[in-house]
Amino acid sequence: MLSSLRLLADIPLFPPAASAQASSIDGLYWFETWVSAIMTLLIFLAIVIFAFKYRREAHPRATQIEGSTKLELGWSIGPFLVMLIMFVWGAKIFFAAQQPPKDAMEVFVTGKQWMWKIQYPDGGREIDELHVPVGRPVKLTMASEDVIHSFSIPAFRVRHDVVPGHYDSLWFTATKPGRYHLFCTEYCGNQHASMMGWVDVLDQKEYAAWRSGAGAQGTLAEAGQRQFEQLGCSTCHLMDQQGRCPNLRGLYMKPVQLDDGRVVIADDAYLRESIIDPNAKIVFGYQPNIMPVFKGQISEEGVIQVIAYIKSLTPSTPASQQGSQQPPIVIAPQANGTMVPESFPSASKAARSSQPQQ
Amino acid sequence: MDASTLGMWTFLITEVLFFGGMFAAYAVYRNMYPQAFASTSVYMNVILGGTNTAVLICSSLTMALSVRAAQLSNRRHLMLFLVLTMIFGATFLVIKGFEYHDKWVEHLVPGFNFRYDEFPKYAHNAQILFFLYFCMTGMHALHMIVGLGLLSYLLVQAGRRMYSANYFAPVEMIGLYWHFVDVVWIFLFPLLYLIGHRR
Amino acid sequence: MATLVANPPPTAPEEPVNYLNVEHTWKSWLFTTDHKRIAVLYILSITFMFFFGGAAAVAFRINLLTPQGIFAAETYNRLFSMHGIIMVFFFLVPSIPATLANFLIPIMVGAKDLAFPRVNLLSWYLYIIGAILAMYSVLRGGVDTGWTFYPPYSSTFSNSYVLSAAFGVFVAGFSSILTGLNFIVTVHKMRAPGMTWSRLPLFVWSNYATGLIQVLGTPVLAITLLLLAFERIAHIGIFDPAIGGDPILFQHLFWFYSHPAVYIMILPGMGVISEIIACFSRKRVFGYNFVAFSSMAIAVLSFVVWGHHMFVTGESVYATLAFSFLSFMVAVPSAIKVFNWTATMYKGSVSFDTPMLYAFGFIGLFTIGGLTGLYLAALGTDVATHGTYFIVAHFHYVMVGGMVMAFLGGMHYWWPKITGRMYSEAWSKFAALIVFIGFNLTFFPQFILGYLGMPRRYHAYPPEFQTLNVLSTAGASILGIGYIIPMIYLIYSLKYGAKAGPNPWGASGLEWQIPSPPTTFNFDVTPTVVEEAYNYGPVEEVIG
Repeated sequence: MLSSLRLLADIPLFPPAASAQASSIDGLYWFETWVSAIMTLLIFLAIVIFAFKYRREAHPRATQIEGSTKLELGWSIGPFLVMLIMFVWGAKIFFAAQQPPKDAMEVFVTGKQWMWKIQYPDGGREIDELHVPVGRPVKLTMASEDVIHSFSIPAFRVRHDVVPGHYDSLWFTATKPGRYHLFCTEYCGNQHASMMGWVDVLDQKEYAAWRSGAGAQGTLAEAGQRQFEQLGCSTCHLMDQQGRCPNLRGLYMKPVQLDDGRVVIADDAYLRESIIDPNAKIVFGYQPNIMPVFKGQISEEGVIQVIAYIKSLTPSTPASQQGSQQPPIVIAPQANGTMVPESFPSASKAARSSQPQQ
Repeated sequence: MDASTLGMWTFLITEVLFFGGMFAAYAVYRNMYPQAFASTSVYMNVILGGTNTAVLICSSLTMALSVRAAQLSNRRHLMLFLVLTMIFGATFLVIKGFEYHDKWVEHLVPGFNFRYDEFPKYAHNAQILFFLYFCMTGMHALHMIVGLGLLSYLLVQAGRRMYSANYFAPVEMIGLYWHFVDVVWIFLFPLLYLIGHRR
Repeated sequence: MATLVANPPPTAPEEPVNYLNVEHTWKSWLFTTDHKRIAVLYILSITFMFFFGGAAAVAFRINLLTPQGIFAAETYNRLFSMHGIIMVFFFLVPSIPATLANFLIPIMVGAKDLAFPRVNLLSWYLYIIGAILAMYSVLRGGVDTGWTFYPPYSSTFSNSYVLSAAFGVFVAGFSSILTGLNFIVTVHKMRAPGMTWSRLPLFVWSNYATGLIQVLGTPVLAITLLLLAFERIAHIGIFDPAIGGDPILFQHLFWFYSHPAVYIMILPGMGVISEIIACFSRKRVFGYNFVAFSSMAIAVLSFVVWGHHMFVTGESVYATLAFSFLSFMVAVPSAIKVFNWTATMYKGSVSFDTPMLYAFGFIGLFTIGGLTGLYLAALGTDVATHGTYFIVAHFHYVMVGGMVMAFLGGMHYWWPKITGRMYSEAWSKFAALIVFIGFNLTFFPQFILGYLGMPRRYHAYPPEFQTLNVLSTAGASILGIGYIIPMIYLIYSLKYGAKAGPNPWGASGLEWQIPSPPTTFNFDVTPTVVEEAYNYGPVEEVIG
């Protein structure tokens, strides 16, 4: 008897709240629960009372009532106003979840059947396990190698689908050290249920200790540089004398003019697309079909590493998201007849020649 | 409006939503990849497509005339116009067959032999357009084939003197269906054939 | 004529001719155009599918007794997918429309049959063909994509029988479209003299609104599944990220149907509840106009909320705002119905026959299910619960606690009309109680599991979730028993039940003025309607 009572006490009823976001979501959750409980109780009581008071033995003849427009309006508008509160509250929480702070620590996540591969900027890599410091905003940039997955940490109340073909992101600030579940919550095939893992929230000291043991292979950017050289990217993009391809120094998060007149920002998604599908967007003044298509030659993890390297080629400022505040570096024909602006450090001074299409 | 007419209109509304899904997909991707979509227009045979458009419009005319013939209890004209409608319909399908053959020869069938050598930078996204091209025109052609079957049914029944001014609802209903199939083509043709062409 | 027998045996009193005994050949059943016979054919078919889908559920709930599971993951994945596909497309969507509404709508409007009787039969054949295709998928090893068929998994990665399952659903969709079409035209064109729109029983309003959704929504599912099938066949397509396609487009197209579909599933049930509450309170439904229009409002609003299934896919923030707001709005007409039903009991004369017990169960459980929908309409809490057991609990509360209860209530209410027999009241009340207890024990723990984070479609789970899962499985076994008991006493009643008169409940409505069971053409003479619906007495009070 006692052991079954103890069993009852073991039943978890509510998840730990381990992020700043969790407590605000829980606030809305409890509001919704109170409203639901009260509403259910009211209906339940009304039915029980009416069923008893007006049971056939006690009330053999029904009183025919047409209706009441006032009541109808009342019980439509009243609940609707309560729902508006839920709507606004929920929207505010959601908006906040879309805007990671500028100084958020970036971690990269690749979802693949059936594991989560984590990569840290300093080169550390993990599978199905994520270490984060307490009190520091963390932004996850996520990619899928195959099907749709969904990254979720119940204790932080965060979740975002990871859809192949582009990057998805979420952010959180962990507030309580501990070990928490992480789950894939979009059915992705056979071993969907094994795409579970752990998030370890460490206090400052423990986190520093953990980090010092990380990344025998160097930082993410260093791994990216190795890829960059192995795959031959450096030939064109850093050392090129013929002006076949845009220079990557100082490129990250700058506006880029395309051959169709559009201007896009060279963000992570743009860089990824340029590697996987280089002919999707051609920079103004350059030719299509020169850069090899790397889809299939490089994994999503590898792309993340290369992007980290490319980011390192931009003079670093704490917030790498400067973008639109600076005047655009537009790669356009210059007065000197070349396509390379004078301001670029590695100048390719040769005149451009049109390349025959392959 | 009598019950059978309301029933047929309701059915046609379901068909609008059925094709609507594909039109929605087309709209989304055209918005995302306008140039890739425009690049595909050189592969669309506007002559054949335009001819088909004219053929279908004529078939709608003969269909309307057949309904009128039924209304006037004119069995000879009814059968004549039904046959003409079927000839136009079959012509449409034959021309479509030639177009599909051309697409196959030019390596434009996604998933089977797709190559896009003239505009390689648009190759990927053009596959989306061609996938939609085959789905939309294929679905349309399927509806035409069903329409031909329905018309042959009408022809047989007309031969048996089943229709007159007192009762010609099936002719009218199938006429509505045929007009609908025509209208779908009127929307398909500019979207698939005429984008990117400068006249 | 001269008799050869000295003492001729006493002749049995002649049983009146009705739609059931007018002919007994199998041809007269398989080629019937009588809407009542077609309804019976549907009752048999969907009951079979219900138990098949239910068996899959029992199997995977047994698997969930232990954290590591019992079956292989592949088996589990196929079980939950088949459960979803069968229950949604082959039970819930057709359920009340194809059975009770098919039977009752012509009678309720005073007609001999539906507008297109042969199309009605075609509907049933399409349903059977679709079911056979889906069963083929099961027999060959099943499909494992979930009932939602999301690509790229379903188009490129799954090696299960996706095509046959998708085609089965595709064909069954046309069955649904034709049923809806038939109802719309019948209600517009076949009403008896004097049967104005405002005199229609609310059951007719609900099924009319359902028909509108069926006709407008289902074709989009059809084309979506077709595009998916083509993609699977051609190994490349418009949802393929490799060529710039977007898997999320599939989700938009899929949910554009599948959200209105859930209202296809619940609206007819709401219609049943209106009828039952009125009869067993001996009162006209409170706020008839509001209840009728709420069905139409739900039908319209249902088409503009589909994005709430995709809040975590990276939808634009503006889209999420719009969908969240509209999702709250669509809750309002449902709430109106619940309040009106409750108010109908006020100053009524309430009896507790089995159909009424199911109606009580519906109101309570649908209220809980609907309120938990608010957690999901709100963006903040949806993010925390999407893809978890919270969602599973929510939709089972409305679909099973709501719709299946309404279906059982309606079957019990109109059983005497359909079969001419009464069932055992004691057993039916007992079964209703078992169903209610079993249901809550199965699904309430799942709300808790969901917020704790347990994902859905998991064949194995962290050990700390076990107790709640065990409770849920225990509830499922009780619920299963609760569903089997009516099978027994209802079938028993066919032969041994007391014969029912035309109006065993003393209810108002055209269906209770014809014999039980009705004759093939329902009415000897087309009725002329002179009174309001639910005319249990003249109006005595108008509040405010």
